[in-house]
Amino acid sequence: MRHRQAIAVLALVGFFVALYLWFYKIGVIGELKCGTGSCEYVQTSRWATLLGQPVALYGVAGYLVLFVIALAGLQPRLLSNPAPTRLLAALAFVGFAFTLYLTYLELFVIHAVCRWCMGSAVIITLIAGIAVAAALRTPAIRTGP
Amino acid sequence: MKRFYGLLVAVAVVAGVLIWKGTRPGPGEASTAGAPPVAFTAADSAFRGYAQGSDSAPVEIVEYADLQCPHCGEFAVVQFPTIREQLISTGRVRWRMRDFPLNFSWSRVSALAAQCAGEQGRYWEMVDAMYQAQSDWGRSTKNPSGQFRDMARRVGVDGNRFDACVDSHRYDGRIEASRAQGQALGVSDTPTFFVNGRMKTDNNLSSDRFQQIVDSAIAATQQH
Repeated sequence: MRHRQAIAVLALVGFFVALYLWFYKIGVIGELKCGTGSCEYVQTSRWATLLGQPVALYGVAGYLVLFVIALAGLQPRLLSNPAPTRLLAALAFVGFAFTLYLTYLELFVIHAVCRWCMGSAVIITLIAGIAVAAALRTPAIRTGP
Repeated sequence: MKRFYGLLVAVAVVAGVLIWKGTRPGPGEASTAGAPPVAFTAADSAFRGYAQGSDSAPVEIVEYADLQCPHCGEFAVVQFPTIREQLISTGRVRWRMRDFPLNFSWSRVSALAAQCAGEQGRYWEMVDAMYQAQSDWGRSTKNPSGQFRDMARRVGVDGNRFDACVDSHRYDGRIEASRAQGQALGVSDTPTFFVNGRMKTDNNLSSDRFQQIVDSAIAATQQH
């Protein structure tokens, strides 16, 4: 139960980080509070858009899905069911792999680092770590007689 | 469990308040984000941007840019001088600049300043000066209008006429029309380039790449 609670909290924080970046991208927020980072440089680059949509929007959707699954997994009838944990691990792993790609772009292609993106990278890494560790502890699915 | 849900609510409230505060301009800031849309006229839409290069050049490159966008600034300072020397000055390319203000604090302020310098025939000189100093004014939270006025005077613009132009906001509609036209063409980021009307889709902004593109475009026009 603890791991699903931890994932829910982290996913909620990640959701708001992604929401902040998405709001910037669509013009709701005029300027990113980034300290000495290069958030605007990264967010105005071509790589901040994927398949016609801001990358941050994928983050908003992804964290929301993780949050909803984690919360659903905390309902009494699903507490002992390993399926939510496995689903969280699979989705978080996909998110982690996507974040690795984005971080590669920041470091080696754009040559600038967005602090908010790094924050999101840390969050999804933690979620993936917790979810995968929990999934590995769940009993294996029995197949056959 | 109550403590857990309490924590979720606390996270949501704190993050919501922080994001809401982020949508408000701070002291001394004048963010244009969320500002009402600017109306524009048919005359505004008819203006196709300032151009440099021969009218008979076989290739026209249209650049949609935001003067505060760091990528536009880097391109202008690092690559464009070579493009100007090798492609524009040689009569191979006519370069046209269109405004595509993003949501930086000074996107529209800077575009207006450039248009007002253009009114006095100093558009490109002003744009060059603004890009050269972009790392200064572009990162400032204070309105850079005073800096723009100084730049305008340095490039030979009459200060009083420039001030009157900026104060009148008479080119706001033209800037908005340019942004709307870019959006209709699929522009979402800056700088975005169109080579003889076709959007350049790769991310290589080097002058060498533009040289290749222009060579291909000229070869294509000669075949037809």
